[in-house]
Amino acid sequence: MLDDPSLALTILVLALFVGFEVIAKVPPLLHTPLMSGSNAISGITIVGALLAAGTAERNVSTWLGFIAIVFATINVVGGFLVTDRMLGMFKKKPDRS
Amino acid sequence: MSNQIIQFAYLAAAVLLILGLRMLSSPKTAPRGNLMAAAGMLIAVVATLLIRGVVDYPVILAGVVVGSLIGVVLAVRIQMTAMPQMVALLNGFGGGASALVASAELLHYAREGTEPVGIVPVAIVLGVLIGAVTFTGSLIAFAKLQELIRGAPITYPLQRVVNALLGVATVGLAAAVVLEPFNLPIYAGLAGLSLLMGVLLVIPIGGADMPVVISLLNSYSGLAACATGFVLGNSGLVISGSLVGASGLILTKIMCDAMNRSLTNVLFGAFGAVEEAGGTAAAEQRSVKGYTPEDAAVIFSNSRSCIIVPGYGMAVAQAQHAVRELADTLEKKGIRVKFAIHPVAGRMPGHMNVLLAEADVPYEELVEMDEINPEFPETDVALVIGANDVVNPDARTEKGSPIYGMPILDVDRAQHVFVIKRSMNPGFAGVQNPLFFNDNTMMIFGDAKGTVLALVEAVREIV
Repeated sequence: MLDDPSLALTILVLALFVGFEVIAKVPPLLHTPLMSGSNAISGITIVGALLAAGTAERNVSTWLGFIAIVFATINVVGGFLVTDRMLGMFKKKPDRS
Repeated sequence: MSNQIIQFAYLAAAVLLILGLRMLSSPKTAPRGNLMAAAGMLIAVVATLLIRGVVDYPVILAGVVVGSLIGVVLAVRIQMTAMPQMVALLNGFGGGASALVASAELLHYAREGTEPVGIVPVAIVLGVLIGAVTFTGSLIAFAKLQELIRGAPITYPLQRVVNALLGVATVGLAAAVVLEPFNLPIYAGLAGLSLLMGVLLVIPIGGADMPVVISLLNSYSGLAACATGFVLGNSGLVISGSLVGASGLILTKIMCDAMNRSLTNVLFGAFGAVEEAGGTAAAEQRSVKGYTPEDAAVIFSNSRSCIIVPGYGMAVAQAQHAVRELADTLEKKGIRVKFAIHPVAGRMPGHMNVLLAEADVPYEELVEMDEINPEFPETDVALVIGANDVVNPDARTEKGSPIYGMPILDVDRAQHVFVIKRSMNPGFAGVQNPLFFNDNTMMIFGDAKGTVLALVEAVREIV
């Protein structure tokens, strides 16, 4: 897919810049949900796990991939869910008028 | 499905992840942002399942079901006070998954008999190295936060020398794997050593430095995913991984700045282990008088404004609901209440905000340090609950103090300062806090929750 390493490096550097710009705008109020949410995003490695485990023949790589799927899914599902739970708690002051 | 459509799907996923993160900039849009990011993840997963080589659905399904069950149970049952442990654990799983993926790919190359070329061997090595360090490092951080092992720094003679030697050995093995990827014993050695490094790097770091460590491990888990992206030549992984890497690095820097310490100092300084003895010895020189919640309530009866400063002690005592009750009671008596949040209060970035949000404190009342500091001189009462080093005035004035230069909340400038604290034990940094001896400070000794509840009763009766 990305056979040219210089292209991948370009994407990496640009994505880092986007990351810095976007994250710098998150207020300290939401730093914990930011951590758990970005944590869930790092579970994107599940893509690699699916590729490793999903091959036609079963061998050691399949089982490493299987464990990786379990780990990454815990990361993704747990991360997004707990972030949602936390964000649901942040409420505005009820209108007293 | 055609390769191009799958690439477009990854691009769409990346866009959704970035937009989702951007919506985290306000509590109003944040829940939708999180859903958006989750949708992006789902698209990436579905696209991957449609790739031609991915056929073994039974194995995949089994893995996803097991992982989802564990993830759901963790996310639903975890208490808000335990959120730092939860995040540490999730970091660890992410890092572990990346290390496993890198290893599986190397074995795949070995079976095919084609040597990985270009950047791929380097990426495999980085994936397993960073992933494994993240995995065991996070598990140790989890164990410390969960108090399965001692939270204090664990040090031993020649620690730095041992770590440096192991570090050199790791780099050596990493280079060997890049040069000779199919020598599996060397690869296993690298994986094992990386796992050991994760343990050794985190055990000398103390509890109150955990915000830095968790942020850093967060960043590592992203970088590990990024490395596997290079292994697989997958742009979706590279983009998402680097977003998380950037996020973790920013938080790490914010946490270090909030303690006025360098990252090197946090990671290798074993802070709090050395100074502890000196701090307690100095404490014997002076004594303070303890006051009762009733004494404090009398002061409240002449007050119009109060700033509450929560710290880790509030989390330990699960006192956030009691604190909210106190704030409500004070507001009913006509006293304006705000909360002052120090960036490193608690055990992870934003820890106090989540706890108070859980207790239904509206987020407008949670004010950041720089914004609230000018308000202390005009405030009648500053109420410190289970915080210590972040309100130590020595940080402003005492050049010799280990915490000199750390930005603090200026509670000592308020008219009256109440400090709820279990005992006179010094805080994490092991330094005595002169705030406790000031004329305008009233110490109220006791467990945070019980004392706050007693304070609520006293305010109801007296004010």
